[in-house]
Amino acid sequence: MTVPITAGCAAPDQAAPLPASLDLEKETVITGIVSAENGEVVPGAYVRLLDSTGEFTAEVVTSPVGQFRFFAAPGTWTLRALSRHGNGDLSVTAGRGINEVAVTVA
Amino acid sequence: MSRDTALVSADWAEKNLDAPGVVFVEVDEDTTAYDGGHIAGAIKLDWKTDLQDPVRRDFVNKAQFEALLSERGISNDDVVVLYGGNNNWFAAYAYWYFKLYGHGDVKLLDGGRKKWELDARPLVADQVSRPATQYTAQEPDLSIRAFRDEAVAAIGVKNLVDVRSPDEYAGRLLAPAHLPQEQAQRAGHIPTAISVPWSKAANEDGTFKSDDELGKIYGEAGLDGSKDTIAYCRIGERSSHTWFVLKELLGHQNVKNYDGSWTEYGSLVGVPVALGDEPGEA
Repeated sequence: MTVPITAGCAAPDQAAPLPASLDLEKETVITGIVSAENGEVVPGAYVRLLDSTGEFTAEVVTSPVGQFRFFAAPGTWTLRALSRHGNGDLSVTAGRGINEVAVTVA
Repeated sequence: MSRDTALVSADWAEKNLDAPGVVFVEVDEDTTAYDGGHIAGAIKLDWKTDLQDPVRRDFVNKAQFEALLSERGISNDDVVVLYGGNNNWFAAYAYWYFKLYGHGDVKLLDGGRKKWELDARPLVADQVSRPATQYTAQEPDLSIRAFRDEAVAAIGVKNLVDVRSPDEYAGRLLAPAHLPQEQAQRAGHIPTAISVPWSKAANEDGTFKSDDELGKIYGEAGLDGSKDTIAYCRIGERSSHTWFVLKELLGHQNVKNYDGSWTEYGSLVGVPVALGDEPGEA
């Protein structure tokens, strides 16, 4: 499984393992799970990555087990999840490497 | 064109699922979403395998477009309603193709798949097939397509609208933030291009903002209504979304989509490139 790089802009499979070619010394990966208030994971949620000014940067759809992943840059970001069960926000300060977070929707 | 002719609401779509002469078409780069569940009766188009030439770096030509639509069962007289994921990026791209090849009546479903899903409207996983047709396309309408030389010539002359995210515009990122960032080309933007991310035109449920809001956004960003406009992004699909807004919703006259976009421009030898948050000098 590889993540498409130059092919297009559609969201890659959010459950796929990180490609071996990925350089975690350089990449800033923000990854996590969207859950409902009762703790159940939320597949099919729309997770939006907003920059430090609140400007939209990217959006992905969570995997069947609620996972999402962004390739960002070091800094402060806001994650905003939209779902049929409700919405939720989370502020993240990310550094290089893998940044694991959890977003709750209600 | 206007909102009334170019756009349909999810409510309208749900009431017209079985309307004769109306064909729903889901367009995505990754069609697994369609396979898992789609609007009842909708056929699918794969942005890459159906709409791109398999060899040359270009999209399908007139004969390929005719063969595709004939095989999928779309007639020249059909009302084609396009929708998809990614906030309708690829649906807007397909809309632009349908216009380029002269289809009579094509519309975009406001909010696309996202609004449909967030509204918990029904999706089905049925196989859909339609009887083949004999589709006839027009010669490509190049008044809505810009090529690289036009993009270079537009510096300081026409409106250039860069619709990528602010970090891509400034050169801090090379691709949208849901994709790995390693790429060969230079980062930055075409000098004098204004930055109006495509997302400014959309509400968070994927629907388009009102005409008043849209007019204000592009006006405040410095779009000069008396000049021709070229929109671009990275591979031409997000700029189709903005092309749709400017041409089809707001009714601006001379608006082109530069589908070569930054993957082409940012790899050209010898062309000027601007870095940072400002448009830069001609």
